[in-house]
Amino acid sequence: MPNDLIAVCSIIGAALAVSFGAIGPALGEGRAVAAAMDAIARQPDSAATLSRTLFVGLAMIETMAIYCLVVALLLLYANPFVVHG
Amino acid sequence: MIDADPFAAHVVFRVGPVAVGRVVVTTWMIMAALSLGLGLATRRMPAQPGRVQAVLEMLVEGICAQIEETMQVPPRPYLPLLGTLFLFVLVANLSPMLPGVQAPTARLETTAALALVVFIAGHALGIRTRGLKRYLQHYLEPNPLLLPLTLLSEITRTFALMVRLFGNIMSHELVIAVVLGLAGLLVPVPIMALGLLIGAVQAYIFAILAAVFLGAAVGAVEAG
Repeated sequence: MPNDLIAVCSIIGAALAVSFGAIGPALGEGRAVAAAMDAIARQPDSAATLSRTLFVGLAMIETMAIYCLVVALLLLYANPFVVHG
Repeated sequence: MIDADPFAAHVVFRVGPVAVGRVVVTTWMIMAALSLGLGLATRRMPAQPGRVQAVLEMLVEGICAQIEETMQVPPRPYLPLLGTLFLFVLVANLSPMLPGVQAPTARLETTAALALVVFIAGHALGIRTRGLKRYLQHYLEPNPLLLPLTLLSEITRTFALMVRLFGNIMSHELVIAVVLGLAGLLVPVPIMALGLLIGAVQAYIFAILAAVFLGAAVGAVEAG
């Protein structure tokens, strides 16, 4: 019986982690891309450097969302509080 | 849904008490293919390069240029480690394009090993370049009060390096699996094409971050 309760809480927790964890990185990536667009529009010559830096930056921002995903997956598949057996 | 578990171990065979998982087999096959293929391709190198040699030379020069830009030092001493890391992660990320192969980097153990290599190499290179005393001293800069934070950042950035690669590749595979389950056979193809880009970008980021960490250890750049 306690396992069922933990399962319910884990699923809700996983959904909350991914949904709220996606908001911040989404806003951040939007701002980063907007700033890069602005910079490329001003200086088309430096587009190569800018897009390289943009890719690295986007991947770093995206990592925050990935952390939330990993926590959600831990809750779903490797929950330390579920008693096996 | 049990098969989707990204933390489960798929044991293929056992060597004595050591269980050998599916990803370990894939990793060794990638390592063998890379060393044999590149070894054969670079055995005879005429001054007038053929097609394969020209591509490889472009690759090595490109990696050299990136290392130099990132670390602000002559790239040659760091080329073997960082170049190998980049090539291995790139091939490992793109390996699921072959049917039946799971990317080794979609498993926590592979990325943990790679991050550990970067961690140890950073300290080893730092001590070799600066000497033990001066290397330990750089932990006390700019202020000894910050020592706990500096030590913490050593661990967290290695951990982040590990989880970043694992999370990106694993989540991509999971998305393909979910879309395949929901929609059918050919629908995930565009997502798999996106996976080519993700794999290449993540390999690049892993190598660049490793370069930044090594650069910080040898005192060339500020730690990221």
